[in-house]
Amino acid sequence: MMSDIPATSPRPQAFGGTTYAPEEPGSDVWVLNVGPQHPATHTTLRHVLELDGERVLSCTVHIGYLHSGFEKLGEHLNYNQYVVVTDRMNYVSPMANNIAWHHACEKLFGIEITPRCKAIRTIIAELARIQDHLVCVGCSGLDLGGYTPFMYFFNARELIYDIFEECCGHRFTTSYTRVGGLMQDVRPRWAEMVKHFCTEVLPPAIVDFEKLLTRNRIFIERTKDIGYLSRDDAVNWGVTGPLARASGVRRDLRKDEPYLCYADNWDGQGTRGVEFKVPISDGGDCLGRYLVRLEEIRQSAHIIMQLVDNIPAGPVNVLPDDKQTLPDKAEVYFSIEGLIHHFEQIMTNRGHTPPVGEAYGANETANGELGFYLVSDGGNTPYRARCRPPSFINYQCFEKLVVGHQISDVIAVLSAMNVIAAELDR
Amino acid sequence: MTKTVQRVITALQEAFPDVDFAVAPLLAGRRPEEEQVCVRVPPTRLAGVMRFLYEDRRCRFEQLCDLTCVDYLNFPEATDRFGVTYALLSLTLGHRLWVKCFVNDPDPEVPSATGIWQGANWLEREVWDMFGVRFTGHPDLRRILTWEGFPAHPLRKDYPLRGRGERENYEVIHRDSA
Repeated sequence: MMSDIPATSPRPQAFGGTTYAPEEPGSDVWVLNVGPQHPATHTTLRHVLELDGERVLSCTVHIGYLHSGFEKLGEHLNYNQYVVVTDRMNYVSPMANNIAWHHACEKLFGIEITPRCKAIRTIIAELARIQDHLVCVGCSGLDLGGYTPFMYFFNARELIYDIFEECCGHRFTTSYTRVGGLMQDVRPRWAEMVKHFCTEVLPPAIVDFEKLLTRNRIFIERTKDIGYLSRDDAVNWGVTGPLARASGVRRDLRKDEPYLCYADNWDGQGTRGVEFKVPISDGGDCLGRYLVRLEEIRQSAHIIMQLVDNIPAGPVNVLPDDKQTLPDKAEVYFSIEGLIHHFEQIMTNRGHTPPVGEAYGANETANGELGFYLVSDGGNTPYRARCRPPSFINYQCFEKLVVGHQISDVIAVLSAMNVIAAELDR
Repeated sequence: MTKTVQRVITALQEAFPDVDFAVAPLLAGRRPEEEQVCVRVPPTRLAGVMRFLYEDRRCRFEQLCDLTCVDYLNFPEATDRFGVTYALLSLTLGHRLWVKCFVNDPDPEVPSATGIWQGANWLEREVWDMFGVRFTGHPDLRRILTWEGFPAHPLRKDYPLRGRGERENYEVIHRDSA
């Protein structure tokens, strides 16, 4: 059926709002504009589809509707202030962005965070992964017409918001991390909430969800062999994360460049890194992406359960003696030294002074490799704060993936990609 | 630097003996196994070096992890203005390398890497949009985050944070005039 489709679709020549259809007499090619405001694009994206009947001949993606100059802002905010902006990048899992940002900062400053902080950050990073995948997997049903499974997952996801609210006071824009530590320590109740979520709430939600979708014939027929991406293409396009792993790429930064509690000897006492498996599918289609994400949710819960009872005691922030981290709030409010130290840190002519140089730190987040490339001139704000956004780089191949499919499959491919436009445009 | 990266550097120096790669870590004073190694390549040799890094079996950089640019205007001890930075990643050998290519006003221009890594496409469009560095041989070098006709390149250091009034003076289109 698909053999008569040219490998490369006729590329539109004129851009800028004139016409996209080839000017051939008698041509049935017509143009459909999806977005920028469209329920199926989830966020603000625009696709210009050239159609022959229902079949997509070519797709042109227009992005930038949510561009808000985050990288420019990063050059004017200090290393602690910018975490607020990272919340707004991938807002489906803001905690993961916070952790990735300060992971890169700590690489630049040369700070080794405390074991307690590592354990808490790992748990939170995995909760963020679950949070992100719950939306993405839920939406892959929702966009194909299955509303109920989405609600099962959103019900569970609500509890992750409660967990985040408990540890940092915010549900959505968390800004929880700081250079060298966290905004504040967690309370014992928090660990109970996490455990309750991973044992009582999430497993039944996954069971219910799978009953509705995983072996659902309509769902499989709508996703199998849709949006095929080969392994070589995935590597060449720079695709990372579940999208790449669904195409058979064996790559997970948690295994390949381990950080936090994924690395061996993370607490300095020889403890092994957390155990987990990296699911890989060789399908390369939307169904494969769905299955990989679903398994990653289970693996994340497994990681959390290994850590939640074994969070090491001790301080959550590295000692502020080197004047690189903010002092504890209790110290700031009740001692003059702490207050002076705090002011020295936040005043614009003092503050953090990283070495002159550049550093790249990357974390495996739900969508792939989220990296920050920092250039420091020795001042208290970065000279350049480049974000390597997984959505932006993964989304490039979308134009190729949808060619030859029906209009409705465009939506299936898009929801399986989990593009977050705020991260896409930054 | 790690052994595999050392092998990449040796391979590069053997293949391009006339190029001064100025091998250095991105950040000085780190443990050798954590060093992120950066090489400098002049824009005239960039295409050849990139093709070599992609194809040579000691390098095997199958993936362009990131491509960005830094405007080194007024940076301490900087001699060139735009540093186009390629972050390369080898999945088979598991190493990374940063390649920097410095270009200057008035016509900052580097060869496109889209012929090697298709993933360079949007990244190069973004650098063009934000910094005004042209990529010769790019199939479709349009602005990507701002609109066609935007009069500046906003991530340049001489562009103010609050813009030059583009937002306030943007032409309002009414129903009658559209």
